[in-house]
Amino acid sequence: MINIEIDGKQVSVPKGGTVMDGAKELGIYIPHFCYHKKLSIAANCRMCLVQVEKAPKPLPACATPVMEGMKVTTASEQAVTAQKGVMEFLLINHPLDCPICDQGGECQLQDLAVGYGAGQSRYTETKRTVANKNLGPLISTDMTRCIHCTRCVRFGQEIAGIMELGMTGRGEHAEIQAFVGKTVDSELSGNVIDLCPVGALVSKPFRYSARTWELSRRKSISPHCGLGSNLVVQVKQNRVMRVLPREDESINECWLSDKDRFSYEGLNSEDRLTKPMIKCADQWKEVAWQDALQFVATNMKAIKEKNGANGIGALVSPHSTVEELYLLQKLMRGFGSGNIDHRLRQSDFRFDKSESGVPWLGTSIADISSLDAVLVVGSTLRKDHPLIAQRMRQAVKKGMQLNLINPIGDDLLMHVANEAIVAPSAMASALAEVLKVVIDAKAATVSSNVKDIIKTITVSDTSTRIAASLLEGEKTAIYLGNLAQHHPQYSELHQLVNFIADILGAKFGVLGEAANSVGAYLAGAIPNKLMGNDQCISGFDASQMLATNASQPAMLCQGYVLMNVEPEHDVHNAQQALKSLGEADFVVALSSYKGKATEYADVLLPIAPFTETSGTFVNTEGRVQTFNGVVTPLGETRPAWKVIRVLGNLLALNGFDYETSEQVRADVIPNLGDVSAQLDNNRTLASMTVVSESSGKVERIGEVPIYQADPIVRRAESLQQTNDAVSPCAWMSPDLLQKLSIKPGDKVKIKQNDGEIRLRAASDEKLPDNCVRLVSAHAETSELGSMFGEILIEKL
Amino acid sequence: MNPFPQTLLDQVDSSDPENWKLSHYVKRGGYAAIKKILSDKMTPDEVIEEVKKSALRGRGGAGFPTGLKWSFMPKQYEGDKYIVCNSDEGEPGTFKDRDIMRFNPHILIEGMVVAAYAMGVKAGYNYIHGEIWDTYTRMEEAVDEARVAGYLGENILGSNFSFNLYNHHGYGAYICGEETALLESLEGKKGQPRFKPPFPANFGLYGKPTTINNTETFASVPWIINHGGEKYLELGKPNNGGTKLFSVSGHVNKPGNYEIPMGTPFAALLEMAGGMRGGRKLKACIPGGSSMPVLPGDVMMETDMDYDSIAKAGSMLGSGAVIIMDETTCMVRALERLSYFYFEESCGQCTPCREGTGWLYRIINRIENGKGKMEDLDLLDNIADNIQGRTICALGDAAAMPVRAMIEHFRDEFIYHIENKKCMV
Repeated sequence: MINIEIDGKQVSVPKGGTVMDGAKELGIYIPHFCYHKKLSIAANCRMCLVQVEKAPKPLPACATPVMEGMKVTTASEQAVTAQKGVMEFLLINHPLDCPICDQGGECQLQDLAVGYGAGQSRYTETKRTVANKNLGPLISTDMTRCIHCTRCVRFGQEIAGIMELGMTGRGEHAEIQAFVGKTVDSELSGNVIDLCPVGALVSKPFRYSARTWELSRRKSISPHCGLGSNLVVQVKQNRVMRVLPREDESINECWLSDKDRFSYEGLNSEDRLTKPMIKCADQWKEVAWQDALQFVATNMKAIKEKNGANGIGALVSPHSTVEELYLLQKLMRGFGSGNIDHRLRQSDFRFDKSESGVPWLGTSIADISSLDAVLVVGSTLRKDHPLIAQRMRQAVKKGMQLNLINPIGDDLLMHVANEAIVAPSAMASALAEVLKVVIDAKAATVSSNVKDIIKTITVSDTSTRIAASLLEGEKTAIYLGNLAQHHPQYSELHQLVNFIADILGAKFGVLGEAANSVGAYLAGAIPNKLMGNDQCISGFDASQMLATNASQPAMLCQGYVLMNVEPEHDVHNAQQALKSLGEADFVVALSSYKGKATEYADVLLPIAPFTETSGTFVNTEGRVQTFNGVVTPLGETRPAWKVIRVLGNLLALNGFDYETSEQVRADVIPNLGDVSAQLDNNRTLASMTVVSESSGKVERIGEVPIYQADPIVRRAESLQQTNDAVSPCAWMSPDLLQKLSIKPGDKVKIKQNDGEIRLRAASDEKLPDNCVRLVSAHAETSELGSMFGEILIEKL
Repeated sequence: MNPFPQTLLDQVDSSDPENWKLSHYVKRGGYAAIKKILSDKMTPDEVIEEVKKSALRGRGGAGFPTGLKWSFMPKQYEGDKYIVCNSDEGEPGTFKDRDIMRFNPHILIEGMVVAAYAMGVKAGYNYIHGEIWDTYTRMEEAVDEARVAGYLGENILGSNFSFNLYNHHGYGAYICGEETALLESLEGKKGQPRFKPPFPANFGLYGKPTTINNTETFASVPWIINHGGEKYLELGKPNNGGTKLFSVSGHVNKPGNYEIPMGTPFAALLEMAGGMRGGRKLKACIPGGSSMPVLPGDVMMETDMDYDSIAKAGSMLGSGAVIIMDETTCMVRALERLSYFYFEESCGQCTPCREGTGWLYRIINRIENGKGKMEDLDLLDNIADNIQGRTICALGDAAAMPVRAMIEHFRDEFIYHIENKKCMV
């Protein structure tokens, strides 16, 4: 530690630290623009000039390393003269258009100009103007306001991993811009809006809609990916106007993904369902809540009488709150049915009988930063978990080795040590190869099933290197991504990872797909209830509930309760789900949106999105995060927990007398306690089958596009205009294209089971052979079936 | 004829198109320094010591003692280290490095080989500015010759010492003459100065320890090794060793490069350059390149040409570009032109220079065009004060110093311009 003195106060700063670090430690504010704690030092704004004893000229606090005995004054005449001089320079060419600038009221330049600017300008020459740039649908530019701090440039290079903005030109011609004709497409792009200290980069969706001082700031939790980003939701006249990050170093740091930041537009969508509706003689009509709920209760009872309680199944979203999920499973089980599941995109449930705990990340999110080696299995990492990818990117820069076993070879914008890009059907054998190397290296004893599997397996060089990377690391982890969890052989993938991690002493877990993937398990929104504190009736999993060809007719559900679910997007096999729902006697949809529910539902109950209800999400690392509603429910919308409570009463079930959502939560997570005892990724699969030979059939890779993952983001208009939301193509390797005599850009016919669609073909040389990368969860592909498995492509 | 001893262009005949070649250089006694080092088994420390004794100071403009700079390079460093020759001679008025490379390229190569030996470096780069393509191709030919003859490359002259030299040409940005901007440019990035510390000796090219010297500095080294540091020092005066090339331009009869010993009176240099054109009176002189403060003619005539004497007179020796202005020169117009240069060449990275250089130029331009106000003079001085010492690199100082000196020495001319809306001359 180096001891220095700032403004007469002593402070110790680690060697290599700067005067700015010392000042922050002491709580002394030094004015600055280009400095940002998460970015490299640029020292270009010169606002933080301070006086250092014995130095002939003022020095920038952000870039001046501390030296023993250094004496710094931050507000001496020399320092303040320098700071005021810099402020004058910053303002001479600034348009001073604060009255029409969105940044007004939250502008660093405006704030510091009050302290360091003069009342009147000495600059009488013509001011510089700079042409605005089109950076895409999310970021609006007023480049004349730019003060060239390069925070946005450094963010791209250092945090997002891609330099999409740069400073071109020299001197007064220096401008921040994207590459010629390009927009800023990073999934983290919105952070440059927060970083910009002036109004040069502002939010396009928010632009000119409110002034910052008109907005109430309310805490919330992001309902999208499993990270559980902490939010500040800004509200004006009972409408969500904007979402900003709430800093939490152990979760989202000071960042937000664009999905977390801009999805709020979906909350104000035209498609919001605002009144309960029922279908009578094929006509939809708005009804009173009481009538709608009575209608639901009557129909549920009718199905129970006809087919038994098991004739009803509940499909629920992992983006719902703990309270909503808990109450609905309580209602279902109280009604006599164990048919409830939130794992709608999962297709392999062979584990369910052996589940000993809630699957979770297996480490804390913050732990990722200190790992030596990681293996990620089956993930579109940047799209499914933007900020976990960002955390890994920083770890990779510090030396972490990132290894991948994946069916897609997208650029992760970080160095990947080893990657096995293999067909979905070959992922298990790739993992088995790694297992084989690990077993040999550690001379581990294994079951005869494992012995049989590895006996016949030939280990590739890549798998050897992946295993070596994991064997070398001291702190290692293996993560199963969304593609792995949706994989038809998820049980094998998970089991193999389980074995590898056990032998290595590595951590392992799943990258939680949704905001409440862990919470949904804890709440019991699964057919085989984990917790023993309620009556535990087992039932059908998501795939059984939607089955159309069950061996016994009793396996088929005649009634469905959907909560926050749009089956054409949110399930593993949309084609099958729509068929089952279409054939059902009765479907009730609890939803914030109308969507296509009028095509398959009989009752629509408007429930509150996360901003209009209190609730709890448990993120992928098992962190319990509660939140309050930030606006009152729209129209006649009601929080789902209240709706289910009333329905419980109408069905004359016991234990539905809650008055607050906290009371509901207390049944699941008493005292907001630690849930770690319930988290456990260990599984035992009676027998694994690993096939290493290719079947020769063309396989689908049906990932979920980043902005199609949940009902809210699907309605966020600006995100839907980004390059991540362009119309889907059928991506194939050049080899497969050639084999099928298809050229990139050709229209092709794509068939899965009974469904057929037509799309353009495209070439991706990083895709494995015999694979078609074709998104699911998309309106243009919802007529197709399973997210994985055989698919037919024909030239038109 | 130049009556003084020569260390840089000794026996060089610029009229002979073959004179630059290796064979001629060797005939003149070239490559003796590296042979001497290798045959006498001089240690790197002994080489550095010799350079220290010579009191050779950086010829690029800053005048930092070369031997001391060389001793900053970490000796025990494992991994690559670099030397870089700064031939990005962009300072208006300066054209000496071009002539060294054109007419005596091997002296630069030999100087760099010696420097590489002294600092334990295996690779060097010579960064030549983009406007002198012919000189770049000349250097390429010279490096090829030296490589073939075994003065460059692996196991130089059969020793264990290896050194490779690469020429690289820029694209004409003045800022790339700033050593860290030069490194950025050499790395293929936008030429923008880095904040220091860390200094290049610790974190230079590709983040490796790097020493950057001016062309003339490297070219001075062979003579020092051949004749000894003390002899070199004796050519000049204490703390100002050796001879130096001065690029004389402006209102003289024979503009050109003149190599004279440090401490030679300015009057002698002016005489060598053929005296004032048309017999006019010397009004002002910028003694060290356009970024240095201007001095009035009478002050200049009393000054000797060395670092300390010129500093005492109130300016700096800089790169040795002597810009001569006679009585017909309008100082407002002269400053306008200088300020335009710095305004155009500011890299735009840091605030005071990006914003301040344009402001300075616009005000001076206004005064020149008869739209000046009396308060502009204090404003100019204050803006220059706000730029100087507040920027990442010295370009800010370079833009500010001429303004302050011009107004200090020729204030009456500026006032005349403002009051009468026309030139005094």
